[in-house]
Amino acid sequence: MIQLKGIEFRYEDRTVLDHVDLEITDGEFVLLTGATGSGKSTLLGVVAGLVPDYTGGTLVGEVLWDGMSILELPARERADRIGFVGQNPAAWFVTDTVEEELAYGMEQLGLPPATMRRRVEETLDLLGIADLRHRDLRTLSGGEQQRVAIGAVLTMHPRLLVLDEPTSALDPTAAEDVLAILTRLVHDLGVSVLVAEHRIERVVPFADRMVLLRPDGSVQVDEPQTILETSPIAPPLVDLGRLAGWRPLPLTVRDARRRAVSLRERLDESIQDGRPAPVDRDQPTGPPASSARSLVVAQGRTPVLTGVDLTLHPGRVIALMGRNGAGKSTLLWALQGRLGRVSGTVETAGLDPHTVGGDRRRLLSGMVPQTAADLLYLESVVDECRAADDAAGAQPGHCRDLLERLAPGIDPTTHPRDLSEGQKLALAVAVVLTTRPPVLLLDEPTRGLDYPGKAALASMLRTLADEGHAVLVATHDVEFVAQTCDRVVVLAEGEVVSDGPTRAVVAESPSFAPQVTKVLGAPWLRVDEVAAVLDEVLG
Amino acid sequence: MSTSPKRVRFPRELHPVAWWTWAVGIAAAASMTTSPWLLGLLVAVTCLVVVSCRGDGPWARAFKLYLWLAVITVVIRVFFRVLLGGSEVGHVLFRLPSVPLPEWAAGIQLLGPATREQILAGLYDGMQLACILLAFGAANALANPKRLLKVMPPALYEIGSAMVVAVSVLPQLVDSARRVKHAQELRGGEPGRIRGLRRLLVPVLEDAFDRSLALAAGMDARGYGRAGGTDPKARRVTGALMVTALLGTCVGVYGFLDSTTPAWIGLPMLGLGALCAVLGMASAGRRVQRTRYRPEKWQQAELLIAGSAVLTAVLVWWVGRTSGSIAHPGVEVLPQITLLALCAPLVALVPILVAPPAPTVANRTVPRSAPDAASRRARTPEEVAR
Repeated sequence: MIQLKGIEFRYEDRTVLDHVDLEITDGEFVLLTGATGSGKSTLLGVVAGLVPDYTGGTLVGEVLWDGMSILELPARERADRIGFVGQNPAAWFVTDTVEEELAYGMEQLGLPPATMRRRVEETLDLLGIADLRHRDLRTLSGGEQQRVAIGAVLTMHPRLLVLDEPTSALDPTAAEDVLAILTRLVHDLGVSVLVAEHRIERVVPFADRMVLLRPDGSVQVDEPQTILETSPIAPPLVDLGRLAGWRPLPLTVRDARRRAVSLRERLDESIQDGRPAPVDRDQPTGPPASSARSLVVAQGRTPVLTGVDLTLHPGRVIALMGRNGAGKSTLLWALQGRLGRVSGTVETAGLDPHTVGGDRRRLLSGMVPQTAADLLYLESVVDECRAADDAAGAQPGHCRDLLERLAPGIDPTTHPRDLSEGQKLALAVAVVLTTRPPVLLLDEPTRGLDYPGKAALASMLRTLADEGHAVLVATHDVEFVAQTCDRVVVLAEGEVVSDGPTRAVVAESPSFAPQVTKVLGAPWLRVDEVAAVLDEVLG
Repeated sequence: MSTSPKRVRFPRELHPVAWWTWAVGIAAAASMTTSPWLLGLLVAVTCLVVVSCRGDGPWARAFKLYLWLAVITVVIRVFFRVLLGGSEVGHVLFRLPSVPLPEWAAGIQLLGPATREQILAGLYDGMQLACILLAFGAANALANPKRLLKVMPPALYEIGSAMVVAVSVLPQLVDSARRVKHAQELRGGEPGRIRGLRRLLVPVLEDAFDRSLALAAGMDARGYGRAGGTDPKARRVTGALMVTALLGTCVGVYGFLDSTTPAWIGLPMLGLGALCAVLGMASAGRRVQRTRYRPEKWQQAELLIAGSAVLTAVLVWWVGRTSGSIAHPGVEVLPQITLLALCAPLVALVPILVAPPAPTVANRTVPRSAPDAASRRARTPEEVAR
C-alpha cells in the first residue's frame, strides 16, 4: 500500500534517516521503535507528509502510495488516506466537543452531511465513546483524549493509521484500552497501523512486523522475534527470554509462562538449597524525613485527597501509583507545600511546608513538576546551574557538580532545549537539589524516556537515596517501579488503597505486576535477580 | 397560554445569527433613546432573556462580567459629571469644595456644587452606554462565539478557522502561565520584576510556540486548507473581481467624502465596489469544498427572535420620531412615558416564549427507561440470598 524507498533525511549538521526502505501492506500492524531522538517521529512525519514542512531539513527518496508518488503531496492532501495522530492529542484538538472533533476532518474533505452524521455515530460506537459525545475535550482523561484523537482521523476512513507514542502517557489500564482498539481496527476493518513507541512491552504482542531505527539512521525491518533477539531496546520479557535461552523469543506473557516451567523449577530448587530469595530492603526504622497524617485536600468544593497517610524515610525510593486523576500530583504538591489542606498535617524536618513560605519550602523539599522544562528559562546549562547556585546561596559550582554526578558528560554550553529528555530531567533535579533538601518529589519523570534513559534515571534516584534523600516518584511505569522503588503507594479516588514493599504490593495487583512477576510468580521482580540466581547455579 | 399542550420544545442550539440580530436590535433601540424608563426596561428585558435562555457553556457565564462593566460605566459617567460639574443652574443637591485651577484651564471647574440635573444627565448617558454594552454581552452569552465564526461565508472559511483557534488559545495560555509560575516557585532566585517576567515568559512562550506548531500540524494532517479543484481561470476571475471591488470602494469613499468631485464618483462607485466584492466572495467560495456537520437551521423561532428585537428598535425609533420628549426627556422634570413606548422594549421578550431550551449537560443525558434502569441496578444482598 505505502512504500518508502531510499528515504534520507538530514538537518545541516546530522543525518536522521539514512536509506530507509519500508513497505506496509493492507491490514498490517507495524511497530516502529528506537532510542529517543533516533528519528521515530521524523519517519512518521515523512509518511504523513508533515516532514520536512514542519521541521525543516532536506528529504530525499520516494514515497509511493499504490505505486503513485505522493512525496510532493502535503499532509492535508494525504488526510483522506493516511490518518495521523500526534504525540500529545490534547494539543491537536481544534474544536470544543467530542462530536465536533470527530466531524472536523470530514468537514475538510467536504463529505455530505448525511455521511458525516452516519460516520460520527459509527465511530463513537467503534471506540466506545458514545457517552462522551457532548463532553468538553479539555475535561477528558488521557485515555479518553487518545481515543477521541484516533476517532477524529478514523472518520475520514484512512487506510493507514499512523500513531506517535499513543500509550506512553497513559496508565496501564487506559493503555490496554487504546491498544485493544488498534487491534480491533486491524482485525475488523483491515486498517493498517504504524505505531511508534519506545515502551514496547505492551505493543510487541500485537505487532506483525517491527521496525528498529538504529542510531545511525538506518532501519532493520523484520518479525518482532528476530529483531528482539539482538535489539538493544527490549522489554523485560525479552531480556528474560534471552537469559533463559528461549527460542523463538516469547512475545506475550502467556507464551513465556508456558516456557518458564523448567526455569521456575530451577529457581525454586536453588531457593530450597538455601540460596537467598530476592527480598525487599528492610523497613526503615529511623524518623521519617517527611510525613502526612490524614491529609485532606480539596480543589474548590471537590475533595481530591480524602485522608491520606504517608511517610517518607531517608534512603528510600517510593513509587506513587494510581490511575490518571487519582490525586497523585495533588499529593506531591501538598507535600511540597504549595497546596494548602482542609485538614490533617504535613511535616517535613519538623516544619509544616505550607506555612513556612516559598524560600524555606525549597529547603525542605525539591520538586520536579510534570514538564521539567517549565523550570528552565536560561540559554545554557551553565547559566541555569549558576542561577541555581545564586538562588540557593550554595558555593559556586555546586549545581554543576551535582549535575555531573547525575548525568555525566553534558556540554555546559548546550541550550537546555537541546538536551535529551533524560538530560533535561537531570538538570531540573540538579537545580531543585541545589538547596540540599532532604526530600525529592518527582511527578511522572519517566514520560518520554526510553529504556536506557529510564535505567539512568533509576540509578540516579538510587544514588540520591543512598546519600540520604527520601525520594517520592509518581509514575505509571510498572517496570520502572520494579527496577527502582523500595515501596509502592497506590492511590485511588484520593485514598491510599495499598501501601507496602514493592514486591508485596505489585505481586498482588493485576495491572501493576511487572512482566517478570507475571511470568515467574511472586518473589521475582526483575531480570537481574533471576540472572544473579542462575549465575550462582551455573557456577 | 400555549395553544396546543402537545407541542414540546426540544432543546437545541439556536442559530447564532438570530441571537446577534436580537442583540443588535436592542443596542439600536438603546442608542435611540435616553429615557430612563425605556433604558431600564431594555436592561431588564436583556437580563431576563439571558437568564432564561442561556445554556451552560463557558461563554454563558461571561454575562456577569458585562453586568459589572455596565455598572462601572454608569458610575464613571456620574462621577465625571460631579467632578467636572460646578454649574449653579438647577437644584443643588450638595456642595463640594471647588478646586481652583490655573488661568490656562479657564472654563473647567473641578468639583463645586453638584446639581440634580447634572447627575441625572450623567445617569441617563451612562444607562444608554450600559444598555448597549449589555446587549453585546447578551449576544456573547447566548450564542457560542465559535459557532458564529463558523457561519462566515465559505470564502472567509480559513480566516474564520484561524480566529476560532485564536479564541481557544487564550485559556490554554492562562493554564500554561499558571503551570510555569508554580514550577518557577520551585527554584529560588531573586524575583525582580524584569527577571521574574522573563522567567515566566520564556517557558510560556516556548510552550505556546510548541503548541501552535503541533496544532498547525494537527490541522494540516486532518485536511485543513485542502486545495480542492481549483482551475486557473476561476482563480483569475476571482482575483479580477476582488481588485475591482477594492478600487471601486476606494474611489467611491473618496468621491463620497469629497464634495468637489462629481456626484457619479461617490455612491455609484461605492455600490459597484460592493457588488464586485460580493461576486468575488461568491466566486472564491465556490472553489471551497467544505461541508458543515450538523449546521443550525434557520427556523421559525430564529425568525421570531430576530424579528422581535428589530421591531423593538423600529418602535423606539417611531416614538422618538413622533414624540421626542418621550424618547429624550429633559432632566428638569420627571420623564413621561406612553403606552406605545412602554410596549416597545417588552416586544423583545419574545425569545422567552419561543426560544427552545438551550442544550445543557443535564438535558442532553437521556434518562434510562425505568425497567432498564431497574435491571441494571445492583442487586441487594437480600435479593442475592433469595
